[in-house]
Amino acid sequence: MTANHRQPAVAATAVRKAYGDHVVLDGIDLDIPAGSVFALLGPNGSGKTTMVRLLSTLIRADAGDLRVAGHDVAREPDAVRAAIGVTGQFSAVDHLLTGAENLLLMADLNRLPRKERRRCVAELLERFELVDAAGKPASTYSGGMLRRLDLAMTLVGRPRVIFLDEPTTGLDPRSRRTMWEIIRGLVADEGVTILLTTQYLDEADQLADRIAVLYQGKLVATGTPEELKRQVGGGHITLRFADQRGYEHAAGVLEVVSRNDAAFTLQVAGQGDVRSLRALLDRLDRASLAVEELRVHTPDLDDVFFALTGNPVGTPLGKSVSSSVAEQEPAR
Amino acid sequence: MSTVTHAVTDSATMLRRQLRHMLRYPVLILTAAGVPAIFLLLFVYVLGGAIGSGLGGSLGGSAGGRAAYVNYVVPGIVLMTVATSAQSTAISVATDLTTGVVTRFRTMAIARVSVLTGHVLGSLIQTMLSISFVTGVALLIGFEPTADLGGWLGVVGVLAMITFAVTWLCVALAMVTDNVATASNLPMPLMILPMVGSGLVPTDSMPAWLRWFAEYQPFTPFIETLRGLLTGTPIGDSAILAVGWCAAITLGGYLWARRLYNREPTG
Ligand SMILES: Nc1ncnc2c1ncn2[C@@H]1O[C@H](COP(=O)(O)OP(=O)(O)OP(=O)(O)O)[C@@H](O)[C@H]1O
Ligand SMILES: [Mg+2]
Repeated sequence: MTANHRQPAVAATAVRKAYGDHVVLDGIDLDIPAGSVFALLGPNGSGKTTMVRLLSTLIRADAGDLRVAGHDVAREPDAVRAAIGVTGQFSAVDHLLTGAENLLLMADLNRLPRKERRRCVAELLERFELVDAAGKPASTYSGGMLRRLDLAMTLVGRPRVIFLDEPTTGLDPRSRRTMWEIIRGLVADEGVTILLTTQYLDEADQLADRIAVLYQGKLVATGTPEELKRQVGGGHITLRFADQRGYEHAAGVLEVVSRNDAAFTLQVAGQGDVRSLRALLDRLDRASLAVEELRVHTPDLDDVFFALTGNPVGTPLGKSVSSSVAEQEPAR
Repeated sequence: MSTVTHAVTDSATMLRRQLRHMLRYPVLILTAAGVPAIFLLLFVYVLGGAIGSGLGGSLGGSAGGRAAYVNYVVPGIVLMTVATSAQSTAISVATDLTTGVVTRFRTMAIARVSVLTGHVLGSLIQTMLSISFVTGVALLIGFEPTADLGGWLGVVGVLAMITFAVTWLCVALAMVTDNVATASNLPMPLMILPMVGSGLVPTDSMPAWLRWFAEYQPFTPFIETLRGLLTGTPIGDSAILAVGWCAAITLGGYLWARRLYNREPTG
């Protein structure tokens, strides 16, 4: 298995899936090298879960080829199942069992050597901070605990390829970051391949080596986070004014990139560096313009999305100056 | 060879899961055992006196009245227990299959049908416990079986065979629709079948059209075989018929259930 580093861990060619006459996936090509993290990014209903279900042998494609860990998904589903671990969008734990029992169930079904089962369960409980809750029924767990248990159950079989469908949706910022650390650890320590789906652009940016943007059943872009950002060009600064008068005045004075007459907002070209900000503020002062709000927008995946699909998705465009430092995620 | 061992170990794992569920949430089991016990009391104390003396000699006993009716009705009530338990199995299968953990099982390299086998084996154990309870109640209110040890072993064997068959059928019924409420009501007719057979009264007291149905439906040979083993009434070809029906229902139920389970999940 380890010799196959050149072979893609996940490959899809011209995959199509329709429900009735609703085409959900239309000619998807994917190629995920072993040992990397791949993010499938898309808004609600774009087909992310459908893609994961196809790859994890739950449903069959109408056309195209899918290979996972060197096996054809349609012809050798059991070989694929032996290589993968799936954490679906919705919790896949047995709510009537305790956390420990759930993990033990997985250890039994993965037919770990008998002596190792208890140890494996204990290790995972420890690693996922579930020791205290181990004896409680999963039905009493919080959303974050369920998510951790879910992922822990996926790891029992030591899968080589892991599919994570929206692993952090619904988690608070701290739990989200914990989940990110776990995902990074899996790739760094165990060299697994991960395909994750997300609606959060910063999550894909944080975790993925490569990103594919899925929109209305088609991949509209694929590349590294940097490549995608480069497609969009420089950043801009958004200014919001209190009233029509200030707005019109400013629109005449500044080099406006785009304007929104209803919201009294103007966008001007520029990066978030101190020098150009100071220059801008000076000009606003000289013209005696009272700005209600100023937001600096460095290019991120939102722009990618906007540029590719014409639709903004997810978090609102840009971050306000005051909070942009606090919102910065720790560097990788 | 190894696929068979896997199927066995995986089914055993799923059975353990099922037993944990039952121990933790015993409501379904208590209902499955309680309802037939209540029917037993109703039939014996409310209707038993009248039916017993009305049917007199045709009940086979010499005593007549309520005492004879207890002995007559127990096999029918026992099969009603099989039916109520099978219905509770249908409920738990229908509920279970909507849960995420079963979706997880489908993505794992395990013996596929083991999820269902776990349910069936769990149900077998649960049904036997319920039957023991109902039989205990029957003994308390005057049931006097004449079976010897061999007879009792036969009773257990026949009941296991019937339960196995009916449960596989109910597991399939539970998967016919995605709707839990519908799925759990589909096995309802099984509750009625012992009554429109020789469960409560001999079939020759029924109108001709009903008697025809009662004599040819599977529960009548089931009941006659049990009654013969328990109280020594003639069994005739009922035993062969019972075995035949069970084999057919088991095979049909199993294949149907497996096919339904292997359908592409919609949820
Ligand atoms: N079993 C099904 N039957 C009919 N349509 C389906 C089925 N499963 C998915 N769809 C449709 O396919 C489309 C894509 O669904 P999918 O669940 O893959 O989206 P998603 O990207 O995961 O969305 P979300 O972000 O909301 O999870 C949706 O329009 C959905 O209605
Ligand atoms: Mg989804």
